[in-house]
Amino acid sequence: MNMQRDTLALLPEILVLAGAVIALFAGSFLRRDRQFVTRSVAIVALLLAATAAVVELNSPATTIFEGSFAVDVATGAARIIIPLATILVLVLGAEELGGSARESETYTLMMLSALGAIAMAGANDLLVLAAGYLLASIPLYALVGMSRSPGAAEAALKTYLVGALMGIAMLLGVTILYGIAGSTSYAELQLTLGNAPPAAVLAGIVGVMAGLMFKAGGVPGHFWVPDATQASGTAVGAFLASIPKIGALIAAYRLFELLPRSVNGPLLVAILATASMTLGNLAAFWQTDVKRLLGWSTVSQVGYLLLPVAVAGQADLALPSLLLYLAGYAAANITAFAVIAALPTRRSIEDYRGVAAAHPWLAGALVVSLLGLVGTPPTAVFVGKLTTFTAAWDGGLAWLVVVAALNTVASLFYYLRWLAPMFARGGADVRIPAPWHPWASRAAVMGALVALIIGIAAGPVLAAFDAPLVG
Amino acid sequence: MLSVVVFLPVLAAIVLAAVPRITDAAARWIWLVVTLVDLALVVGLWLAYRDPGAGNLAFEEQVPWIPNVGSTYHLGVDGLSLPLVALTALIFVVCAVFVLRATDRPRSQAALFLFLQTSSLGVFAAQDLILFFVFFDLSIVGMYFVIAGWGHGNAARSALKFFLYTFLGSLALLVGFIGLYLGSAAKTFDMVELASNPPFGDQPVVGGLVLAAVFVGLAIKTPTFPFHTWLPPAHTDAPAIGSVVLASILLKMGTYGFVRIAMPMLPDAWRDWAWFVVVIGIISVLYGALVALAQTDFKRMIAYTSVNHMGYVILAVGAAGVVSDSAAQARQVAVTGAVVQMVSHGLITGALFLIAGVLHDRKGNYDIDSYGGLAAPAPRYAAVFGIAAFASLGLPGFSGFIAEFQIFAGSIGTVPLAALALPGILITAALFLRALQRMLTGETRGLSVGFRDLDRREILAIAPLLLFAVIIGIAPRFLLDIIEPASSTIVDLVSR
Repeated sequence: MNMQRDTLALLPEILVLAGAVIALFAGSFLRRDRQFVTRSVAIVALLLAATAAVVELNSPATTIFEGSFAVDVATGAARIIIPLATILVLVLGAEELGGSARESETYTLMMLSALGAIAMAGANDLLVLAAGYLLASIPLYALVGMSRSPGAAEAALKTYLVGALMGIAMLLGVTILYGIAGSTSYAELQLTLGNAPPAAVLAGIVGVMAGLMFKAGGVPGHFWVPDATQASGTAVGAFLASIPKIGALIAAYRLFELLPRSVNGPLLVAILATASMTLGNLAAFWQTDVKRLLGWSTVSQVGYLLLPVAVAGQADLALPSLLLYLAGYAAANITAFAVIAALPTRRSIEDYRGVAAAHPWLAGALVVSLLGLVGTPPTAVFVGKLTTFTAAWDGGLAWLVVVAALNTVASLFYYLRWLAPMFARGGADVRIPAPWHPWASRAAVMGALVALIIGIAAGPVLAAFDAPLVG
Repeated sequence: MLSVVVFLPVLAAIVLAAVPRITDAAARWIWLVVTLVDLALVVGLWLAYRDPGAGNLAFEEQVPWIPNVGSTYHLGVDGLSLPLVALTALIFVVCAVFVLRATDRPRSQAALFLFLQTSSLGVFAAQDLILFFVFFDLSIVGMYFVIAGWGHGNAARSALKFFLYTFLGSLALLVGFIGLYLGSAAKTFDMVELASNPPFGDQPVVGGLVLAAVFVGLAIKTPTFPFHTWLPPAHTDAPAIGSVVLASILLKMGTYGFVRIAMPMLPDAWRDWAWFVVVIGIISVLYGALVALAQTDFKRMIAYTSVNHMGYVILAVGAAGVVSDSAAQARQVAVTGAVVQMVSHGLITGALFLIAGVLHDRKGNYDIDSYGGLAAPAPRYAAVFGIAAFASLGLPGFSGFIAEFQIFAGSIGTVPLAALALPGILITAALFLRALQRMLTGETRGLSVGFRDLDRREILAIAPLLLFAVIIGIAPRFLLDIIEPASSTIVDLVSR
């Protein structure tokens, strides 16, 4: 194995790590009012990482470090989507985090967590996956706990406890799989799991899946999501509702693609998907706090995102549809958080009455974002839903498509509960003075445009993501 | 060229929405001019149109869009869609004229209606299922904002009900489209290809389920009994021009879907279930008419007559699927009648909703019994009202007669049972005559006192619709010549 070549293939990860370290050191030497420099450092590092990833996307798929890390289309997508989404989060949080007590630390933790998510996406070995899980999770606990709001301590504790529990379940699952297969490498697992007792394989997979569902924020690891999104700051909420699940869902896809037919993996994922989308929707119905509503909406979105995972390797569209949906979802979801960040004095649905008249651009961005999350064309999530539904039906799960379609209709209800007051007649509510947050507003408009562009230009995007996994 | 027709309105809408400095008056005139230009372009298309022959399209445009799922940007028109494209262009001009003096956020209203115009034209021009769905769904979004933003009464609630209900329909449709894609040999969403190579020929169960999904989606939009419950509140609380677009254009998307998608792409399943469709059609005709008869609210009454009128279309397309030995001619007449009925209903019901809108503008009330003897203070209003009512009840000399005559001639020729729907015509006649008598004749009383007659703007809006209803009623050949080749193609496709 060529150590130098392998290290070079990790250039995007190294750039993110370097950015995090530089931001941390620079932050400890800079005055409080000069901390914004660390934000620029972070954005430049992430941008370079995404650029390097785009360049590497064209090189042939391979594994590095003795097969433990895959450099293929899925890793490439994660390396592009995660840094760009993190940049959007940093921009939307410019006003909120700028000048705050732990500005540079927040950026560092976000970048480290993003790095963990990329590591999960690329993991081709259960131990690398576990390491990625820890790298993605531990900064998250700190991020949630760092905002000093009344609910933050509780949310941080909840996140930590659920994360620790699911992490142990994951390690247990890794142990079981290692025990029956004699290896943690995916290439080995693929060869040996077919002859292993299905019940043991299933137990191991369930354990690993528990950890991944914590990161993705889906049932049964979803309990922390609504609390954490509500209690933490808007930027942190946007980050934890959007970015870890990119890594977790790609990791889940890899895992289920190598699963032998002796284990009914599709059914397991389909049950988790049904539970996530249904529970997330039912819980979101009567929420009045917009951040909590978005928290529950992300739980339901994980349900739709699990559709291609359920048919991993059994439908041509499964992988490209998952990657496209993840990109569109990240854009639409972060846009909604950006609108919240631009209007920080408005917390409940009712506070949004008359926003359309006062802030037409933000209202437009929120319409694109929320109707996009429903799956209204021509936004990216529409193409995501179309292709994931097609893939799931193609893979033999037509009933799951019907469940997902019905859940989509149900989800429209709570998104409209938020949208409708914005366009209600009568001027803006003047009791709430709105400080002008230009960066958050720009992030909102930019995110909405990205969601639209990915949707309209879905053809090339899908084609770029249409390649088999390595191994 | 077709792309220009489709996207010109939305380009104007983006300009209107993005430039806040445009004054209200300028916004209204820009809206009117853009719709007039679009109408002129459509007239140009109509004059240049030559029948493309079976399985072909006129003014076709095709560009790859999402190759991974076999979806292209594919536009084109034929004898089924061109009349509806023309109707759409006309209706939106009429709407722009009708609100030429409105003061309630005209810039946003103009932008929204132009957006709605693009999505409506797109539905009728699209020749790819995904493209069709994109426009179909966007028309729902646009109409939601029209009702929620400019409606009256309990507009927010009606708009929500409309959105949820029709969104359910559109997702059922999407599931059906995915089924068609997966069933197709070439894995494509292309409508022309799916019609020439229909899937599920040897899988009646799957074909039936896919048809069920498509049928539910289109039936909600049409709407037919029992999926019509969203329609009356949406119409009652929508602004006048919103009701016009909803009744004249959006309902047609459902019936158009039957002839464009359900029949040619699922011919086997359609033939298997044609009896069921016929029965749904008959029930819609009778139920719509009877419930309309019981209404005291004028706008609600018109809304229910739409259920009745759309029921005739369902009856005709159902009858076209009942393939017997020698009735090909009759089935073709039924399908032609169905398409004429779509155009005719669009013209006449559009006029009726504008007439209802005048009631609301003057007195803020649609209650039939609150008016009486309107003919004395408002003779022009009474005349227009009378013409529209007679046109709607199917009097010879109006387009409704041509349509309903063909539908019944064709349907009864194929399915004698269709005669059960005939009382629908009688009931509709009764309810319109009763409304005319109560509101127009007798002593001037109630809200009729001091009722201002139609002004020039209102006449300019309503008259073109009735004029075309009369032209089609007297000299229908120019329209039938376009529709007939296409409907005979559809009948061939269904019976293969």
